[in-house]
Amino acid sequence: MAAGVRRRGKVGYLLMVPATLWLLVFFVVPFYSLVATSLFDPSGSDFRGYDMTYHWQNYADVLQAYWRPFLRSIWYAALATLICLVLGYVLAYAIAFKAGRWKNLLLVLVIAPFFTSFLVRTLSWQLILSDHGWVVRSLQFVHLLGPEDRLLATPAAIVAGLAYNFLPFMVLPLFASIDKIDPRLVEASSDLYANPFVGFFKVTWPLSLPGVVSGTLLTFIPAAGDYINAEFLGSTNQRVIGNVIQGQFVDANNAPVAASLSVLLMLIIVAMVLVYVRRAGTEELL
Amino acid sequence: MADLSAAPQPEPPARRSTLSRRGLLKGGGALAVGGLSVAALRLPFFEVAGAQQNPATCKATDLSASAKQMIISNWTGYIDPRRNPKGTFAEFQEKTGIQVTYNDDVNDNAEFYAKVKNQLGTCEPIDRDLIVMTDWMAQRMIDLGWIQPLSKAAVPNLHANLIDSLRDKPWDPDLEYHAPWQSGLTGIAYNAEYVKEVGSFADLITRSDLKGKISLLTEMRDTMGFFLLDVGADPDDFTEAQWYDALDLLKKTVADGQLLKFAGNNYLQQLTNGNVVACEAWSGDVIQAQYDNPKIKFVIPEEGPSLWSDNMLVPNLATHESNAEKWIDYYYEPEVAARLAAWVNYICPVQGAQEAMEKIDPSLVDNQLIFPDPASLKDTWDFMPLDDRQTQQYEGDWTDVTVG
Repeated sequence: MAAGVRRRGKVGYLLMVPATLWLLVFFVVPFYSLVATSLFDPSGSDFRGYDMTYHWQNYADVLQAYWRPFLRSIWYAALATLICLVLGYVLAYAIAFKAGRWKNLLLVLVIAPFFTSFLVRTLSWQLILSDHGWVVRSLQFVHLLGPEDRLLATPAAIVAGLAYNFLPFMVLPLFASIDKIDPRLVEASSDLYANPFVGFFKVTWPLSLPGVVSGTLLTFIPAAGDYINAEFLGSTNQRVIGNVIQGQFVDANNAPVAASLSVLLMLIIVAMVLVYVRRAGTEELL
Repeated sequence: MADLSAAPQPEPPARRSTLSRRGLLKGGGALAVGGLSVAALRLPFFEVAGAQQNPATCKATDLSASAKQMIISNWTGYIDPRRNPKGTFAEFQEKTGIQVTYNDDVNDNAEFYAKVKNQLGTCEPIDRDLIVMTDWMAQRMIDLGWIQPLSKAAVPNLHANLIDSLRDKPWDPDLEYHAPWQSGLTGIAYNAEYVKEVGSFADLITRSDLKGKISLLTEMRDTMGFFLLDVGADPDDFTEAQWYDALDLLKKTVADGQLLKFAGNNYLQQLTNGNVVACEAWSGDVIQAQYDNPKIKFVIPEEGPSLWSDNMLVPNLATHESNAEKWIDYYYEPEVAARLAAWVNYICPVQGAQEAMEKIDPSLVDNQLIFPDPASLKDTWDFMPLDDRQTQQYEGDWTDVTVG
């Protein structure tokens, strides 16, 4: 027995080797380099090179200069995640419990948007929401929008774009959780005189929590770092932190600032995720 | 890993495994953070040296004689159709026997710079024999020592035929390193279907009927040049105080919501679909767009046009420099230049091409945006050359507004 356990352990560690090496080379080393870059003297340039001066001040500076895009990123991502959760839950529930033999087809349809590129899909939204497009015109016709109102270049367009692009990341984990729920448990709740509403909140919702947590994480994390939606669907007053990082790296050639922004974004997201997971009481998922 | 296999088991082991995994995570996390900070404090082996190189030493043997080939990186839509057997591209290959690999992978100066800086900054090859960069980026690359000098004897047409308004650039007065590929004006484009004429840059950034529907170019020098003019400064020679006046005006324009966006090379898309009704624009793009949509107009702003050029440069460690020089010389033949200009519609940098155009497309001979009258180029403005520290400071200020 003891020998068996030890052997299983060894195999386990061996199996970890490829992934560990992978992470070492493609995560730890670049991350180290990123942290090092974020501490360079910000007065360096490509001409003169960058000196390591442990300039921790970089972090305070960028937070002070760019707290608005940081907040915007988190706010847009949170709204988009909420929308995805509501839409995704209903959809996943319907596919798991009500779709019958259409289940597989519907699942394929959920991931079908991935068959075209992320960029093309977002650019298509730019066309759909454009000022002279039929959507805006129809909404103006029924007076839901004023004659000068627009959809493009508003926070709503960005949040909608994020929600659209990341919905499948929400639906799939939700479906995996809900699909596993034994329908007899729901029946049992109604046998015990729970109305459907109570039954849902006492039985279905708690059992689907793992899916809710992983779905929200899978949606929120990439949405907070995304800048494509803000780039194509927003205007200059809705830039998010991804735009700033890209601009600092590519246009301003200011690697220390861009690196400290990237590290901060990472820390903020990790902190938020830890708090969230702790709150949701689902640490086993990590 | 043993933990994972235990996870699906019932209550007691699951709880134990959770605890241990949390412990592991915490321990691992602490260790990683600790290790990182120690490494960052004691082992700063990621310091970055300056990227300056010496083109005299960072040079490859020229294989042109034995290898009849070359590789070019140019902007998109900047040459007549390459598949056309009667086009300039096919003719060059046929005449010289040189096999040309043509990439249209330049979309933005800063982006291309970011792509090649790690190689060129450490004297590694970028596997290209010719690249095309706008004036200020050409100047930066030449200053960094990334560009090989052209042999004067190999490009006689360049020295004989370059138009006067593009000569005597302060950063390379003797055409030692650069040869303009095409040239153009920065001005204003508007869509006459939606708005009345926009005659000046000041109008563009203040007119209320354009609010939220204009775009400005992400090229700092193009855009800030106009802002400098609008605060009464000379982009050719301005002080730091004037720069900050202009920057304040830019900030105000952005804060007022006048802009839809700062746009790169793809700015015309938004103009043609109507989300943008007027924008800062480059002349040739607008002429090309007019073929599809005659409602799009180009205006030389009252503040005066800015004349720029995109320049052919031979990067360090290019292995087919002589072939590249043949290419440059070929495109400085007036007749070839005229055929190219008839297609790309930018300002042709070659003298004599206007006469040659008579036979190719007489309708373009008098087009002021292809063959501008030298007198009209008198009052064009240029953005003054910036030194390294100014570049960093101003580009930083600029980026703060455009992305923050």
